[in-house]
Amino acid sequence: MQSDQRSIQSSAKITQLTPPVARTAFEASVLPHLDAAYNLARWLLRNEDDAEDVVQDSYIKAFRFYDGFRGGNSRSWLLTIVRNACYTWLRQARPEDVTVPFDEDVHGRDSGGGPEADVLRSANAQSLKDALERLPIGLREAIVLRELEGLSYAEIAAVADIPIGTVMSRLSRSRKRLREFLSARAGQEISS
Amino acid sequence: MSCTEPRDLVHAYLDRELDLEKSLEMEQHFKDCATCSGAHEGGRELRHVLSEGGLYFRAPAALRTRTRALIQGPAERAQRSRSFAWRTMALGVPLALAAVLALTLVPLLKSPMTDDLVADEIVSGHVRSLMATHLTDVASSDKHTVKPWFEGKLDFAPTVVDLADRGFPLLGGRLDYIDDHSVAALVYQRRKHFINVFVWPSTTEGDLGERRSSRHGFNVIHWNAAEMTYWTVSDVSVSELEEFAGIVRERIASPPG
Repeated sequence: MQSDQRSIQSSAKITQLTPPVARTAFEASVLPHLDAAYNLARWLLRNEDDAEDVVQDSYIKAFRFYDGFRGGNSRSWLLTIVRNACYTWLRQARPEDVTVPFDEDVHGRDSGGGPEADVLRSANAQSLKDALERLPIGLREAIVLRELEGLSYAEIAAVADIPIGTVMSRLSRSRKRLREFLSARAGQEISS
Repeated sequence: MSCTEPRDLVHAYLDRELDLEKSLEMEQHFKDCATCSGAHEGGRELRHVLSEGGLYFRAPAALRTRTRALIQGPAERAQRSRSFAWRTMALGVPLALAAVLALTLVPLLKSPMTDDLVADEIVSGHVRSLMATHLTDVASSDKHTVKPWFEGKLDFAPTVVDLADRGFPLLGGRLDYIDDHSVAALVYQRRKHFINVFVWPSTTEGDLGERRSSRHGFNVIHWNAAEMTYWTVSDVSVSELEEFAGIVRERIASPPG
């Protein structure tokens, strides 16, 4: 593929200048988080091909800035780069994805458990995927980082650049919306 | 029933982000408030369906190969064939890193290795098990299959516990080599994340409690119990790994049934 060739050639200049020890450290600490990087990009961009491109660019960027990484949590560090690259990409290609506002300060009231638990249990893979993809991007990234990636509130706050309190309220609202969407979807299936 | 607790706290409880005192308060509150306990149940149910829903997108093999190629220098690429390089890197990189660390620290080193160095080896072992697609030598969720498999391969018998009922299914076991020992590695899963537990006979006396550390985005918890030393490592959150370590300790101390 042509674009691959270009990327490899441009990175050749980077790697030639990088001492082998730094490269080895990068391979050991950042490369293992490729799945996490791709999963986040896939959910933010909602497209597999775009996610591959953005992840590859993010790795080139991460490699270039690895000198500036002073130890600590390399997964959060990489995910921050991937997340920012996704937002930059979306602002150019699909600005409506990042500009749709959502009510940041309204604290939702959850309904109880009850019959809804059955609705959740019967949700199939497709309706779960639809439910997640319909969340506004800020809610989507919080729930993906928490439920699929297992990040702590502090880590999510660092990656998404928001206060911990906002992480908590976004998770609360994401879950509420997911449950509402899945209930409505189940209702439609029964009535159709 | 009305309730004055901010609803977000239910989620913080669900995510194990509350301190002990506040957690206990919430548990008491769930007994009195149907709305909050319902929200908590709903949240747990949602977590369960999300984790089982096949929603995690793993990086495609082509992206993996390309990303490695990007980072690997052009000179090295010319010297090695692609698949050979792939395999060598998968095994070589963590070993090389461990070797570099070991060499730079040899003058400081006393035997046995310090916990910090063991933790480095543990993380390397974990990464190696993920990268080389050599997660298990014996793949089974049955502890009665996994435990006997180690017989004759090690000079000790690791206790194998199944934790599927607590949300950490056993995937199998593997032989590994840490701190100059042949060790047992037990592999568990949490959602799409893998947890390695490395076990070998302890050289120090007594239970010194749990020691936590983290490196390269992986969390590590270490403890000694019943003359064995345990190291567990994963990229799940610290609180989940703590929960996991707590259950392992409990089960090993008093296996159910």
